[in-house]
Amino acid sequence: MYNADWEILFFMDTSEVPAPGGFALLSLSKLTEQYKKLNPMLQVPAVEIDGITLSQSLAVIQYIDETRPGPRLLPADPQKRAQVRMISDVIASGIQPLQNLYVLQKIGAEKAQWAQHFIDRGFQALEPILKLTAGKYCVGDEISMADICLVPQVYNAERFKVDVGQYPTIKRLNQTLLEIEAFIVTNPSGQPDTPVDLRA
Amino acid sequence: MHVSLVFLAKPVLHGYFRSSCSWRVRIAFALKGIEYDQVPVNLIKDGGQQLTEQYKKLNPMLQVPAVEIDGITLSQSLAVIQYIDETRPGPRLLPADPQKRAQVRMISDVIASGIQPLQNLYVLQKIGAEKAQWAQHFIDRGFQALEPILKLTAGKYCVGDEISMADICLVPQVYNAERFKVDVGQYPTIKRLNQTLLEIEAFIVTNPSGQPDTPVDLRA
Repeated sequence: MYNADWEILFFMDTSEVPAPGGFALLSLSKLTEQYKKLNPMLQVPAVEIDGITLSQSLAVIQYIDETRPGPRLLPADPQKRAQVRMISDVIASGIQPLQNLYVLQKIGAEKAQWAQHFIDRGFQALEPILKLTAGKYCVGDEISMADICLVPQVYNAERFKVDVGQYPTIKRLNQTLLEIEAFIVTNPSGQPDTPVDLRA
Repeated sequence: MHVSLVFLAKPVLHGYFRSSCSWRVRIAFALKGIEYDQVPVNLIKDGGQQLTEQYKKLNPMLQVPAVEIDGITLSQSLAVIQYIDETRPGPRLLPADPQKRAQVRMISDVIASGIQPLQNLYVLQKIGAEKAQWAQHFIDRGFQALEPILKLTAGKYCVGDEISMADICLVPQVYNAERFKVDVGQYPTIKRLNQTLLEIEAFIVTNPSGQPDTPVDLRA
């Protein structure tokens, strides 16, 4: 049963799909043979929807946007839409893959500096881009997939002790978005599988 | 209706002959029959021309490609490709069916988020001495995932029987795999698709071996 308020947020390294309503949250270990059938990349999230299984959060988000009514997650204007995808990809290709769990495990002892380096590098690029594109939100004045990508990445940045204050546009947008219900109820601090000591 | 003169200007691709992300955009332009200008950005020369203050204005990520089109500048090859698809006539680069479209994006992102960023020039420079093993590892890992996905989705091409953004991403990634001596024969679906695609004109004319900035010793 589809819940109109459901949005996927891309959380830190252990991205989890929030599951209000009638959905069951996956709680399998990523490395099992069982999970491999859902996502052979052995990463989260994987989403079973409409009889298919999808991985890659931006593919899922755009599928949801294209098949469900409700507020648009990408703008109608093609140029704004391209800017939303560009910003989303700076985060989802340019930053997050360099600091996800698997890569940090391979980097080993220097993982904190490695993660900080790539988040800083990405934010140094994102800040001038957002200065050009942002209104109230990342692109103009409508919430989009770019905002959906930004907030979880700022959360990661703070986890890795990046000084987000160096990026005033990112900081401002993040603060605005954190007051929106969809971003609040899906926060890592309040999920079904949030450990007790990390609950809000 | 307002007709802007910028729509009459040719797009400009700032790229590098051997950058797989730049090659993706070249293929998209070729499939759509769009003429464009190329401004080479040499990633090695002068310490890397992508690192200049001038280039930074085009793409603050200091990476190729960057594309000037219709009065705006875009980076991130998949954003560019989908913009071209949504604003230009010609063969679709993403399917009409939403589920197939999602599969195309999923496959494209396995490559463009899951593999290529781990083996791009900047990261390999940071890895240092072990960069060959690092690159091979991440390409193999990605191809191990891609192979079963493609077994499900592929017909003649990556998703069904129409060329899409997934195919545009696949061929340059296989080229990279071969550069890093990954045994692509372990991935029969990937190998088969790549061989089919390499016979298509848009993939041939855009190959790194024949670009304006291809060095003489690497020309086909």
